[in-house]
Amino acid sequence: MTKKRVATVWLDGCSGCHMSFLDIDHRLLDLADAIDLVYSPLVDFKDFPDDVDVTLVEGAISSEEDLEKIQRIRSKTKVLVSLGDCAVTGNVPSLRNPVGVGPILQRVYLDEHPLGAAPDQVVPKLLPAVRPVHSVVQVDVYVPGCPPSADTIFHVVSELVAGRIPDLTDRTRFGA
Amino acid sequence: MSRVVTLKIDDRDVSGRDDETVLEVARENGIDMPTLCQVDGLSSVGACRLCLVEVKGVPKLLPACTTYVTEGMEVWTSTERINRYRRQIVELLFSEGNHICAVCVSNGHCELQNLAIRLGIQHIDYPYRYPKATVDASHERFGFDGNRCVLCTRCVRVCDEIEGAHTWDVKGRGINSQVITDLDQPWGESPTCTSCGKCVNICPTGALFEKGKSVAEMTKRGEFLPYLTTMRGKKQR
Ligand code: SF4
Ligand code: SF4
Ligand code: FES
Repeated sequence: MTKKRVATVWLDGCSGCHMSFLDIDHRLLDLADAIDLVYSPLVDFKDFPDDVDVTLVEGAISSEEDLEKIQRIRSKTKVLVSLGDCAVTGNVPSLRNPVGVGPILQRVYLDEHPLGAAPDQVVPKLLPAVRPVHSVVQVDVYVPGCPPSADTIFHVVSELVAGRIPDLTDRTRFGA
Repeated sequence: MSRVVTLKIDDRDVSGRDDETVLEVARENGIDMPTLCQVDGLSSVGACRLCLVEVKGVPKLLPACTTYVTEGMEVWTSTERINRYRRQIVELLFSEGNHICAVCVSNGHCELQNLAIRLGIQHIDYPYRYPKATVDASHERFGFDGNRCVLCTRCVRVCDEIEGAHTWDVKGRGINSQVITDLDQPWGESPTCTSCGKCVNICPTGALFEKGKSVAEMTKRGEFLPYLTTMRGKKQR
């Protein structure tokens, strides 16, 4: 059996979904036989490769960099999975949306701490609103949860590796 | 005097009294459908439209919670069209407010979340509105977070019909509607609120909560309502 080429990416999230992924423990060994992890914060590849079978996306789209990355990733991925509430709904990062970028930077960098000014170099520019992944690119599988449980993630990955679209009825929910 | 009528719900022959709603007769016969604004023991207002059903000979969909049964009626409670609308309604509720379940007091005990599960909603197709909503923490024991209010008006009705205080009401129209206390004054300064907590316990979401509860800690105790209504005797319709 040829191994599935799997990638994971970490956009605007807390890395909790990746932690939950690692939480599948010894079952990682079963997965390791079936997949090639071709890109991930867990491994050391610098560039997102071509021809990826499955990409799990943790995190919302918050900055210009996130937006640029997700578009590139979408164009190189067959099955794109929104993993976790930040990717699926915007979740905690989107708490800033009703406030707006200007006031939030003002509050964090000027009012609360004497940091002088909000950074305008090196760190990516924030988008006016944090958005769920599917509002900017097409998403094929949604896995809500904050984070989705290790069992849910194992189920999702095993199904996708077997070439099936996972059925998540009764397995997870927003905020789970 | 009420009369007994016979009708068909989901192609099953059932009977009920003509002072009963389609929802009541359906549930008596083990046919359930999702509801949100309706609670046993309060008047029904047909606000959320989740209980919409198809009735033979009626071109529009009718809310089962405010439609009375009639002789010979034929009702369908779960057609493909209805189920599609129900999913849309719940998705719209999510997109309309700011529901960040992961940090909500009601996470895991929320009727809106449960509806999403029941209807198989795993993402929201509509664009989110991210409204700037009010939070009122002025009451000594309770809080209101408008980010999570679904405008079911359960709080308004329980406060008026059961507690008799009528502290809660609705201001504005359409998408600008909001629940308010008294004449849109801070809850903590309300001269009418008796601090009984009925609104908090009947609210289906994390919009009304007890102070001091953290994420996922707010469980509602709505059981008081059927008790009270039974103790006070059935109200005349
Ligand atoms: S009220 Fe319910 S749906 Fe809204 S954020 Fe809280 S748990 Fe989620
Ligand atoms: S505060 Fe709660 S009970 Fe009142 S209208 Fe909003 S969601 Fe319904
Ligand atoms: S439950 Fe009937 S309209 Fe809300």
